[in-house]
Amino acid sequence: MSIIRKIAAVAASRFLTIYASLALLYLLLPILTVALFSFNDPIGRSNYSWSSFTIDNWLSLFRDPTLVSAVGISLRIALVSTIIATTIGTLMAMALVRYQFRFRKALDLFVFLPLATPEIVLGASLLTLFVTLRIPLGEITLILAHVMFNVSYVVVTMKARLAGFDMRLEEAAADLGATPWQTFWRVTFPLILPGIAASAVLAFGLSLDDFVITRFNAGQVQTFPVYIYLKVQKGIPPQVNAFATLFFVVTVSLVAIGALLQRRRANLKP
Amino acid sequence: MGLIRRHPALVPLLLLLPGLVWLVSFYLAPNIQMFASSFWSGTLESGFSFSFSNWTNYTDALSKYQQQYARSIEYGFAATLICFAIAFPLAYFIAFKAGRARSALLFLVVAPFFTSYLLRTIGWRTILGDDSIILGPLKAAGLVDPAARFLDTPFAVIAGIAYNFVPFMILPIYVSLEKIDRRLLEAAQDLYATSWGAFRRVTLPLAMPGIFAGSLLTFIPAIGDFINAELLGNPNTTMVGNVIQRQFLVDRDYPTAAALSFMLMVLILAGVALYGRLLGTDELTSKAI
Repeated sequence: MSIIRKIAAVAASRFLTIYASLALLYLLLPILTVALFSFNDPIGRSNYSWSSFTIDNWLSLFRDPTLVSAVGISLRIALVSTIIATTIGTLMAMALVRYQFRFRKALDLFVFLPLATPEIVLGASLLTLFVTLRIPLGEITLILAHVMFNVSYVVVTMKARLAGFDMRLEEAAADLGATPWQTFWRVTFPLILPGIAASAVLAFGLSLDDFVITRFNAGQVQTFPVYIYLKVQKGIPPQVNAFATLFFVVTVSLVAIGALLQRRRANLKP
Repeated sequence: MGLIRRHPALVPLLLLLPGLVWLVSFYLAPNIQMFASSFWSGTLESGFSFSFSNWTNYTDALSKYQQQYARSIEYGFAATLICFAIAFPLAYFIAFKAGRARSALLFLVVAPFFTSYLLRTIGWRTILGDDSIILGPLKAAGLVDPAARFLDTPFAVIAGIAYNFVPFMILPIYVSLEKIDRRLLEAAQDLYATSWGAFRRVTLPLAMPGIFAGSLLTFIPAIGDFINAELLGNPNTTMVGNVIQRQFLVDRDYPTAAALSFMLMVLILAGVALYGRLLGTDELTSKAI
């Protein structure tokens, strides 16, 4: 009896390992495909089936001026909206975690609502507002929109980080005669900086990749995802895959470096 | 500075103000405007006029597009189920079996978010293509009917949706599994529970909040999605998202589109409210990330 049970347990654990590996493969397969096809030399205009290996796409990354301008616009919008969203989102999270006031719970829920609203509703409702107020669509409306959805992500991430903050460190600084301003910049800020960096990376990535909300509020502006969408019918040039792979490698390296730095800092602590 | 020292209660208000103004202006106001727009009549050229008698926009939209609504809910449910089937064992593996590789594996789970959503979805066209690396060998071996097609079918759309949103299911389930006090499982074993018994009566109930949160976080974007239906489906797989985007961006029929999206929003908020009633909003917001 116990032998059967042991065999069953071993089989179950093997099965779990295989299942988990397959699930991870499923998650990563499309990414590998995107990267692989940046080295494809497609026959005709569509880059769906493999023909032969080339590095030309990487060498001619900047060939299509429309693509280069789309990447530039996306990076610009992502940078501006990340700076604004991370700043106001961090302030909001501090208020929500550290202070007791009326309607705090309601406010928590309100900040969460944009995350629980389908993107298409966020995009469409902003469009009706801009149309009604006759605000011309373009980069400005995109920044307004991107900051809106990123604020909620930043608040939720920062709240989780701030919840574990040891308030006694600030009290100690105050006891030693630091002003609130000094306490913030010399104690609080350095301690929450990893959380701020993580939120900023998240916000930057979300903004760079946003298609649905952007599609509704872009007007004639072409961001990187809009460029891809408009090219689906005519065939997506392989340089798009190269850019996407480049973004992936850069973000992954940034996250990895961040994790390593944090681990080293944690190890330095006595 | 002096004002703050005299009124310390102002501090949280000042911290909240910029974010709150932003969310009220660009989240709340647009949704109110969209609700108002759903009672419009007229066209973009002739101008729109508001009247409550235009509530027929809702009934018209529903009768015209009930099929797309039903399909969205159906695909959303199917995709959520698939996500659960993929996510639970993987989350369990990462939480209980992965050891030191845990954070690396969690990182792989969110890795898809670092490449373009559109390109990943298009990547499935390559993977599921008729003679692709997966279907090609299966067809050659006679395991799959050579005439079988996966692209441009409801199956492809549902699979695409499930793929795109499965990390939202994995993360909350992982968080709830990871939090489980291992001593509870040891206690169950000491009390002669079989491993299946311990799983069913200890692990699973404790993972429930994560499962609920994950299901909601998957279902919400799933029923609003239109990219997968457009890139992986056919004209008979259109979802309500496809209709909304066409009405807004191509036909410019703002009143109908506004009515459709407002109904989608209400449907989802009802789900969130129900969830909040069952488990509390703190659970939901903390599980989201």
